[in-house]
Amino acid sequence: MKDSLVLLARVPAHPDSRCWFLAWNPAGTLLASCGGDRRVRIWGTEGDSWICKSVLSEGHQRTVRKVAWSPCGNYLASASFDATTCIWKKNQDDFECVTTLEGHENEVKSVAWAPSGNLLATCSRDKSVWVWEVDEEDEYECVSVLNSHTQDVKHVVWHPSQELLASASYDDTVKLYREEEDDWVCYATLEGHESTVWSLAFDPSGQRLASCSDDRTVRIWRQYLPNNEQGVACSGSDPSWKCICTLSGFHSRTIYDVAWCQLTGALATACGDDAIRVFEEDPSSDPQQPTFSLTAHLPQAHSQDVNCVAWNPKEQGLLASCSDDGEVAFWKYQRPEGI
Amino acid sequence: MERVSGLLSWTRSRVLWLSGLFERGTARQPRIMEEKALEVYDLIRTIRDPEKPNTLEELEVVTESSVEVQEVNEEDYLVIIRFTPTVPHCSLATLIGLCLRVKLQRCLPFKHKLEIYISEGTHSTEEDINKQINDKERVAAAMENPNLREIVEQCVLEPD
Repeated sequence: MKDSLVLLARVPAHPDSRCWFLAWNPAGTLLASCGGDRRVRIWGTEGDSWICKSVLSEGHQRTVRKVAWSPCGNYLASASFDATTCIWKKNQDDFECVTTLEGHENEVKSVAWAPSGNLLATCSRDKSVWVWEVDEEDEYECVSVLNSHTQDVKHVVWHPSQELLASASYDDTVKLYREEEDDWVCYATLEGHESTVWSLAFDPSGQRLASCSDDRTVRIWRQYLPNNEQGVACSGSDPSWKCICTLSGFHSRTIYDVAWCQLTGALATACGDDAIRVFEEDPSSDPQQPTFSLTAHLPQAHSQDVNCVAWNPKEQGLLASCSDDGEVAFWKYQRPEGI
Repeated sequence: MERVSGLLSWTRSRVLWLSGLFERGTARQPRIMEEKALEVYDLIRTIRDPEKPNTLEELEVVTESSVEVQEVNEEDYLVIIRFTPTVPHCSLATLIGLCLRVKLQRCLPFKHKLEIYISEGTHSTEEDINKQINDKERVAAAMENPNLREIVEQCVLEPD
């Protein structure tokens, strides 16, 4: 199973500090990394090597925790422990900070762009999730402050095609939000994890959501609309979400990130036991009760905790990972024969 | 036929996973490492209490039996510390947890994962405190707070 994940390259992306997060641009040509050194770095290929094309410094006073590209690929948002979110505009290899979003009371933990490109979401240790609207003049306005979680919110992610938002929290739950009559509301709470939920990922269709937790499990949730065939109860016109699969016993420490490949459906995890794992759904399994098999397990993928895994959106099998050791690694994943 | 191959592939991956477990040694009881535990204790006993002019050892916040080291894998250890705060004060307990983590992160020479807990039954909100001090994101952010950082630095400073 070690052969299913082959190392292509390793770069010391954030020396003497930790690398917290990675994001591929929509074209799959650039990788943004961010870390404890308060910088964002942009990586691209030059022949067979990965080189640093830009360094975004002077944007934040503290750790940059997450980065996110806009759907058009021209903007990059960075979320920081300094309580702000910077919006950078790309001009060839240069990035200029065009706006700084303020308002959260303390560390911003995550930022995500909606598929339309008109909305942005941020979340923070202040327990809130903020939705921002951006207009044609690159003006940002906060349109909603959602206080549904009872603790630190660790991650936000948008549905791949709908204006539907999901958040993961230290309060052990996942919450879902949508716009109802000009206001954003929390319409579902997913309970089941026994500790902090660190990250989320929608499957390519958007019908399922994967969550990973400090409880060392990955859970797969499915949306059921009112009057669904399976007879899952819904309250009123709100969809219902049910946990349809739990992957337990595979990870020996906290799972910090989960990534669902939009090209192949493969699920990758980043774990505090320094390993990277990949799971694939068994083709013959019941869609309402799917089973997933472990198709790759690489212990010591990094010398310390793996914080993030990210599938390249265009190149099948290309996976990037980063770690507390400050390194970014690139991997080629090949589904093993006979599985 | 598809169902059978699905089942076979599932079984095969479970067998592979189990054999992977055996290779990693997690199927057997991890070895307790006493020498390593003493090495850890030597580093933490001199940490000063945030409020009193005494070390954690003097105040019996930590004792030799507070430290447990398990060998997870070759050259890979799990260090577990259970400490007893002097007073049931929330912020003080999290501060001690922070000091323990920072001292070991900086000074412990062998590769390790660290878990810190308040000894059972010594605090009303121990679950809350344990969760906080073991959340590395919360710890990292706390250490970027200049006031907190200053207090921690004073507590972990090696005696002359």
